[in-house]
Amino acid sequence: MTATTGQQATARAERMRLLVQPVLVLILVGGVLGWAFTRDLSATQKASMNVANIATLTWQHVLITVVVVLIVLAIAVPLGTLLTRPGFTRLAPIFVGIANIGAAAPAIGLLVLFYLATRTTGFWIGVLPIAFYSLLPVLRNTILGYKEVDPALVDAGRGQGMSALTVLRRVEFPLAVPYILAGLRTSLVLAVGTATLCFLVSAGGLGILIDTGYKLRDNVTLVVGAVLAVALALLVDWLGALAETYLGPKGLR
Amino acid sequence: MTDLLPAEEHTGSGVEIVLDDVVKQYAGQADPAVDHVSMTIPAGETVVFVGPSGCGKTTTMRMINRLIEPTSGKITIAGRDTHSIDADRLRRGIGYSIQQAGLFPHLTVAKNVATVPGLVGWDKKRTTERVDEMLDLVGLDPDTYRDRYPRQLSGGQQQRVGVARALAADPPVLLMDEPFGAVDPITRGLLQDELMRLQSDLGKTIVFVTHDFNEAVKIGDRIAVLGNQSHIMQYDTPEAILANPANDMVAGFIGADASLKQLTLARVRDIELAQCPTAYRNGSVAELRRELAEQDAPWGLILDQRDRPLRWVSPEQLATAGSLEDVGDPLGENVSLTSTLQDALEALLMQASASAAVTGRRGEYAGIITIDTLVHALQEVREEHADDHPVDEASAGEPTP
Repeated sequence: MTATTGQQATARAERMRLLVQPVLVLILVGGVLGWAFTRDLSATQKASMNVANIATLTWQHVLITVVVVLIVLAIAVPLGTLLTRPGFTRLAPIFVGIANIGAAAPAIGLLVLFYLATRTTGFWIGVLPIAFYSLLPVLRNTILGYKEVDPALVDAGRGQGMSALTVLRRVEFPLAVPYILAGLRTSLVLAVGTATLCFLVSAGGLGILIDTGYKLRDNVTLVVGAVLAVALALLVDWLGALAETYLGPKGLR
Repeated sequence: MTDLLPAEEHTGSGVEIVLDDVVKQYAGQADPAVDHVSMTIPAGETVVFVGPSGCGKTTTMRMINRLIEPTSGKITIAGRDTHSIDADRLRRGIGYSIQQAGLFPHLTVAKNVATVPGLVGWDKKRTTERVDEMLDLVGLDPDTYRDRYPRQLSGGQQQRVGVARALAADPPVLLMDEPFGAVDPITRGLLQDELMRLQSDLGKTIVFVTHDFNEAVKIGDRIAVLGNQSHIMQYDTPEAILANPANDMVAGFIGADASLKQLTLARVRDIELAQCPTAYRNGSVAELRRELAEQDAPWGLILDQRDRPLRWVSPEQLATAGSLEDVGDPLGENVSLTSTLQDALEALLMQASASAAVTGRRGEYAGIITIDTLVHALQEVREEHADDHPVDEASAGEPTP
C-alpha cells in the first residue's frame, strides 16, 4: 500500500518521461525537416527529399513495425501460454532456446540469410526475419508473467469451481498482461530499429534514405533518414510505455 | 439436481460429509500421504482438522472438494458420492477460503465476492444484492468497500472478503484452510469471534484446517487431531480431548495448559457455585459475625436491598465495625453466569478473598466461585470423559456423542 521512496521516484521519472518524450519527437522531426527543406536541394536530392517520398517511407517503416509486432504477439503469447500449461513446461527451454538464437544473431545476418534461402525480396522477406529477431522479449515475458502468478490464486479459482480454462482467461492472463506489455515494448523497439535494415531486401522503410544518403555521399538525406528513424523509434517506445501504463489491469496499478 | 447449491428459495444449511476409507498415494512416494482415513462430519457442525505441518490435514480437506483426487476410498456429501458430480460443479457448491484470502488482485471486492454467483449464472440484480448482503454479513460497509481493490484493504479486511466470497452462493459446506494464519493475533481473535457468530446463524458444515490448537478449541464443535499420514489420533469435542487426550501425541499437542484451555470452554452457569454468608447493608453486625463463625467462613458478602453484592467482609473487620454500611473491601471484577470459567479465575486471582462473587442477569447475588469450585468443576469434566476409549483404528472416525 505504501510505496517506498525509491518506487515513488521511479514512478515520477516515468511520468516525466511520458510527457517529455513526445515533445522531444516533435522537436526532432520539426527540426530536421525544417533544416532540410530550407536548404537549396539539388535535383537528385529532391528526388528523395520530398514530402511524398518521406511520408511513403515512414509509412512503410511503420507498417513493417506493426506487422512484425502483430506476428510476434500472435506467435509468442499463445506459445508462451501453452508452454506454461501442465505437461508442456518441459518444452519451454527448447522454444526459448530457438527464440534466443533469433535474438542473439545479428538482425542483418538474419535478413541476408533469409534472402539467400528464399532468393526473393520484398515486404515479407523483411518482416519475417525481424519478427523472428523480436520474438524473444514477448515470449520470455509471457512465460515469466504466468510464472509470477501466485499459485494460491489459481488454487482459489479452481477451488471455487472455475475450470482450468476459466482460471487462465479470468485470472492468469490478466495478471500476466503487465509482463506481456513490458515484453511488447521491448519487441516494438527492436522491430522499429531493425526495420531500418529492410532496404537490403527491398522491403522499404526509412533505411532507404540512409542508404541513399550514404551511397551518394549526401549528408542531408543521410541525416534526415537517421534522425527520422530515431524519432520514430522514440515515438514507438513512447506508445509502448503508454500501453504499459494504461492497458494493465486497474487493480494492479 | 446435480448441484450442492440450494435452489433460490432455500438456504444452504449444512449437510453431512462422510469420508470412507480414503487414501491418497502420490506416485514415487513410499508411504501414502493420507492413509485409510474414515470419518463422519455431522451436518451443521464446525470440525477442525488440527495436526503438525505435513501431517496431511490439508490434503485430506482438499480431497473433499476434489482439488486432490483420492487414490481410493469414497467421499460423500449429503449422501452423494462426490465422484458422481463434475468437479467444477461440485466445487461451486462448496465454499473455499484459504490463507491470505487468495483474492484476485485485478478484480474489485464486489467482483471477487461475485465469483461463484457469476459461475453458476445468477442474474446481475440478484448478484449485486447478494454481494452487498455478504459484505454486510462480514462487517464491511458495502458502499465503502464494494469498488475497492484487494491491495487497498488490510489483511483482516481481505480475510473478511475471502469469507464473504466463500459464502456468496450460499453453499452448504465451507472448507477453510488456515484462513486466519496470516493475520496478527488481535485481528485473528476478532475474525474467529465473527466466524463463530456467522456460524451460529448459518449452520454450515465447516471443515477448518489449522495447526493452532487454541484456535481449534475456540471455534471447533469437534476436533480431529491428526498424526502422520492423516491418521486420526482423536476425534471428539474440545472438552473431551482436553479432559482425556487419547495418547501422548495428542497430549503433547494440547500442551501443558490443558486445564487452562478447559476453563475457556465452560461457563459459570454450567457449574455448581459455592455459597458464603451474606447480610444486607442495614443488617446486624453481630448476626453476620455469628454466621461466619458458625460456618468457619473467612469472608462474607454485604448486599444491597436488591440483592446485589457490594463488599467482601472478614471476621476481623467485623470485630471493630459499628454497622455494615461501610465496612469491608470493594468487589473487584464482575463475574456473571455467562462468563467463562477463565474470566472467573482471572477475577478471583485479583481478590484478597480468593473468591469471586457471581451475579445473575439483574446483578443479583448468585453464589461465589473459589479455587476449590474450579478444581471441582475440572475434576467433574475429567471424570465424565475418563471412560472415553482411547482411539483405535476401527472407531476413530465415529464421533462420540
